Amino acid sequence: MAMMRYAEALNLALREEMARDDSVFVFGEDVAAYGGVFKVTQGLAEAFGDRVRDTPISEQTLTAMAVTAAMAGSRPVLEIMYADFLPLSLDALINQASVYHYIWNGQVSMPFVLRTQGGGGVGTGAQHAKSLDAMVAHVPGLKVVAPVTPADARALLKAAIRDPHPVIFLEHKLLYNLRGEVPEEDDAPGEIGRARLVREGGDVSIFATSRMVLEAEKAADDLAGDGIAAEVIDLRSLRPLDLGAITASVAKTNHAVVVNEGWRFCGYTAELAATIMDRAFDDLDAPVERVATRDMPIPYAETLEREVIPDAAAIAAAARRALA
Amino acid sequence: MTANSPSEQELLEMHRRMVLTRCLEETLGEMHKAGRTRGPIHRCDGQEAVGVGATAALAAEDFVTTTHRGHAVYLGRGLDPRRVVAEIFGRETGYCAGRGGHMLLGDVETGMLGGNAIVGASIPAATGMALSMQLQGAARVALAVFGDGAAQTGICHESMNIAALWRLPVVFLLEHNAYGLTVHHSAQSSVPELSARAAGYGMPGETIDGNDVVAVFQAVAQAVQRARRGDGPSLIEARTYRLEGFSTSDMGGYQPEDEIAKWRARDPIMLSRARLAEALGAARVAACEAAARAEMDAAFETALADPMPGFTPHAPSAPYSEPPDGGGR
Repeated sequence: MAMMRYAEALNLALREEMARDDSVFVFGEDVAAYGGVFKVTQGLAEAFGDRVRDTPISEQTLTAMAVTAAMAGSRPVLEIMYADFLPLSLDALINQASVYHYIWNGQVSMPFVLRTQGGGGVGTGAQHAKSLDAMVAHVPGLKVVAPVTPADARALLKAAIRDPHPVIFLEHKLLYNLRGEVPEEDDAPGEIGRARLVREGGDVSIFATSRMVLEAEKAADDLAGDGIAAEVIDLRSLRPLDLGAITASVAKTNHAVVVNEGWRFCGYTAELAATIMDRAFDDLDAPVERVATRDMPIPYAETLEREVIPDAAAIAAAARRALA
Repeated sequence: MTANSPSEQELLEMHRRMVLTRCLEETLGEMHKAGRTRGPIHRCDGQEAVGVGATAALAAEDFVTTTHRGHAVYLGRGLDPRRVVAEIFGRETGYCAGRGGHMLLGDVETGMLGGNAIVGASIPAATGMALSMQLQGAARVALAVFGDGAAQTGICHESMNIAALWRLPVVFLLEHNAYGLTVHHSAQSSVPELSARAAGYGMPGETIDGNDVVAVFQAVAQAVQRARRGDGPSLIEARTYRLEGFSTSDMGGYQPEDEIAKWRARDPIMLSRARLAEALGAARVAACEAAARAEMDAAFETALADPMPGFTPHAPSAPYSEPPDGGGR
């Protein structure tokens, strides 16, 4: 075991996969000479030369190129600097990447990873603080993962790189410096499609994604002070969802809170709430409570941003409503 | 004779594929009128020399991407007419088992990857394949076929810049048919000759006669050689004309009669026929054309009798399904 930061765990995964498989390459804005604006790709250009490329600011084309480079035998890992820029990638994701395996009747697979980072909390403003998870998770044929711990960051990035299908890999700007144990000696890839039980509890299930898992843990601490045992589950695979983990937990607690940092309307929490209704309605003693970002642009001022993005207090309040 | 002059046999084969394509388009037109087609069909009558001449200049291991109007590329690349027709009619025996349709046909075996109905998307598609070839150290080239409408997209600019910057083995073939749907190119572009843009990317650019299959073959062959040598991309603007409407659902009225007449007089198949008749004799050319027509007629007959796909368990659908319940965590 080694303690490392989330960004270092991602870097380790990239190094390991690039060393293991010559077809893996990394490209994106500022990823080579500078090592990425969040330093995830630091040192890779020195180690792997031309397989790590700085690119022009051309997200639409870079994403489309990742799709067909993957089709032609490479395993591209594309860094899109902010999730807010994902709209530029959408044609390549929705009209290209997601369709070919099906419309060409299985003739091609597209093993590429689009890494990006979203989320607010540090005053980056309306164009650099969003969580557009639902926008990509909406698309059949795309897998979407969002690891929270350094160990998961490494294991799931390795799994994403080895996956034969497109994977959108969602990081969060406030997670890069998070430290955690990473089992260096075990370099097996993680499994996409499995949730992580963060904390067991019998009273209410809190299903959260990305940085909201950390807020959910704080909320669980707070609830514990009132004698409420919250179960926290990290939905690190947004698509495919781990339905078994969700239904088993709801069957145990009979109460569910769903948390995501994206917008509420047509958001990821809406899908989670509907899924729980579909799959576990008879186990529910109360309506599913949703915690999401307010449906408005992310404000710049700290006092305003705090009101818009969910936090532990909002999650704890939702849990109390569910149990009321 | 230049270094890239096609042999008589190659000329005859290109002619045959152009005639095959024209037969396909004309038969599809008749079937549309009879209400037997599904969805819009984008015919390429009058443009056959571009797709056929260009694909003839590729090696077997090369890639080509094309547009929603890609029939000349499909048949030029040597795809089986029967399986092309089957795909257009949504049959299980089609290249994509009816999942793709006439605009989105793809075939890995021939590197025809593929038709693309998002205008401009064929450009970064070929550029990405070229990047993969460069990284793999493979001497394989990707040809992007796209129209004058696609030349106005942002991804066209981005792709050309990246390809020239990294000297990627890609050839940009701009199939200029004068119209983006109903809008004439003079209302879409700030410059009359789109090949002029190549200079802005530091790559060679030329405008050629897109109705002359030999001119297309030679220009593309030269650009393919350059790309294969590692000298980077080229832009070829092949001027041609769309004799039929945008699609079978186009109500027309915007293409002046005298403009159509002018281009009909320069029909690429007529030009090719005259050249070949001089070299090989009219009888041999007529026999080649009759054989092509018979082959396409047989393709329709067989394909139309083929089965439609059923919505039954289908391996390529698996990644689109949620996992079965269970699993735990």
